[in-house]
Amino acid sequence: MNLETILFYLLSLMTLFSAGKVITSRNPVHAALYLVLAFFSTAGIWMLLEAEFLALTLVLVYVGAVMVLFLFVVMMLDINFEQLRQGFWRWFPFAAVLGAILAVEMIEVLGNAQLPAATAQAAPHAANYSNTKELGRLIYTDYVYVFELAAVLLLVAMVAAIALTLRHRQGTKKQDQSEQVRVRRNDRVRLVKIAASGKVAATEIKQG
Amino acid sequence: MEAQVLQILQFIFDQFGAWNAVWGIIQPAWPVIWTLLKIVAIVAPIMIGVAYLTLAERKILAWMQVRIGPNRVGYWGVLQPLADGVKLLFKELIVPIRANKYLFAFAPVLVLAPALAAWAVVPFENGMVLANVNAGLLFILAMTSLGVYGVIIAGWASNSKYAFLGALRSAAQMVSYELPMGFALVCVLMAAQSMNLTDIVNGQQGNAGFLNWYLIPLFPMFVIYLISGVAETNRAPFDLAEGESEIVAGFHVEYSGMGFALFFLGEYANMILIAGLTSLFFLGGWLNPFHGLGIIGAYTDMIPGMLWLLSKMVFILFLFLWFRATFPRYRYDQLMRLGWKILIPFTLLWVIVVAAWMQTPYWVWSSVQG
Repeated sequence: MNLETILFYLLSLMTLFSAGKVITSRNPVHAALYLVLAFFSTAGIWMLLEAEFLALTLVLVYVGAVMVLFLFVVMMLDINFEQLRQGFWRWFPFAAVLGAILAVEMIEVLGNAQLPAATAQAAPHAANYSNTKELGRLIYTDYVYVFELAAVLLLVAMVAAIALTLRHRQGTKKQDQSEQVRVRRNDRVRLVKIAASGKVAATEIKQG
Repeated sequence: MEAQVLQILQFIFDQFGAWNAVWGIIQPAWPVIWTLLKIVAIVAPIMIGVAYLTLAERKILAWMQVRIGPNRVGYWGVLQPLADGVKLLFKELIVPIRANKYLFAFAPVLVLAPALAAWAVVPFENGMVLANVNAGLLFILAMTSLGVYGVIIAGWASNSKYAFLGALRSAAQMVSYELPMGFALVCVLMAAQSMNLTDIVNGQQGNAGFLNWYLIPLFPMFVIYLISGVAETNRAPFDLAEGESEIVAGFHVEYSGMGFALFFLGEYANMILIAGLTSLFFLGGWLNPFHGLGIIGAYTDMIPGMLWLLSKMVFILFLFLWFRATFPRYRYDQLMRLGWKILIPFTLLWVIVVAAWMQTPYWVWSSVQG
């Protein structure tokens, strides 16, 4: 048992444990934090597979950005746990059926897949082999249409989400930044010439 | 380096005639011990740097505001950081009622740990690096993006309104400013055609001294990286997460003693990290700015590279302190506008500009492959 195998089992155990905790934690913030841990240990497993670009991107995107926003939302929720647990048993049969279907699907797919034998060793890469470059070449040449399609799909989803939730509330005292930036001196300040001596000013007023 | 250290160790233990016995014990674990020694050699100077950065900050701020600054502890106040450390060590640790104890204790660790972990891939001179990984730049981005968790968890676990507001502000701010930071680094990696930090610095080598640095073609990115760096480290003028005039001290308002100290260690370690990265990415790292420029270049080439790197870092750190003394704090919506409406579109534009520029013969900055 070499170091890599030990690390693999350690990281797998951590992934399984934290994934289990995600669905069993009472507190949604704890669940979200366990999800972060699950992502993190998955990244570790990918690192063991020499997929360092994917592993680091997983940390960067999912842990560094997506989960932060998740936490952001979850922390602001005011959840009544009693209410949340009501009706658990009522919906249990439905959930069980769904879970069973998912499990069968997974078994079918994984059972029939042409996975290479576990004992086969991948050929070692050359010293200047760049995982990132290889991935970039694949994405932008061989699979460019699929990749662009996925990107457009994400963009549409994002625009839709913003369009659905964008609301202009009336009567708020929010500052309008662009208006503040557009302001020029002449809009706000008026320079008035006033004579220095009071006597002259008084005569001017009389004449005016 | 490794051989020399072993030689010294052997010399020491040979005095007692015990080298063979000692080596027999430590030989199986030597790679681990050697790595640990290297980690200590990196972390210890950073921690000392952090301590004296706090003193430098207080002194420089004082001078800029025509004050004297700390001058009671030790000559010229040089022992002030030690006194501060001892004071914080002996303070009582207070955990608020109904706070989440484990997360409350864990949060300061989460701020400091990524700031130190990122140093693993930072080269100090050619080949002088703990882990010379090819995806070093990504590793740095991934590590710096983790720092926000400490802040969020601290704010949430404190069970306090001010801390929570600080955490929310900080989360939104850090996520927003990671984008321009990332895009600025995309420009760097396009120019260097590598994500390895040593390669990035070597790509800035040439016979025109500082004109070979990426500072010249990527000057707007340098400015944006610096601005985002200030925002990422929650420093003034972007220190809304701890804006004392609005939310007391933000996310660490409930912390005392060493917990509070760890947040500060993390913040200053992050500042040093950003300063180091800025010098590596844009200011040629350990390269001599006058290299190849006549007689000045010949003389300054004798200065060791690490001193150049250090002086560049000190300059960037001075900028950080200068900003704090000069600029008033941004309003929160102004901060968001600057990030999303100015910095991100501009970095996107510059990525395209650099990509097009590199296709023309006017791109004279060498890269690793070419």
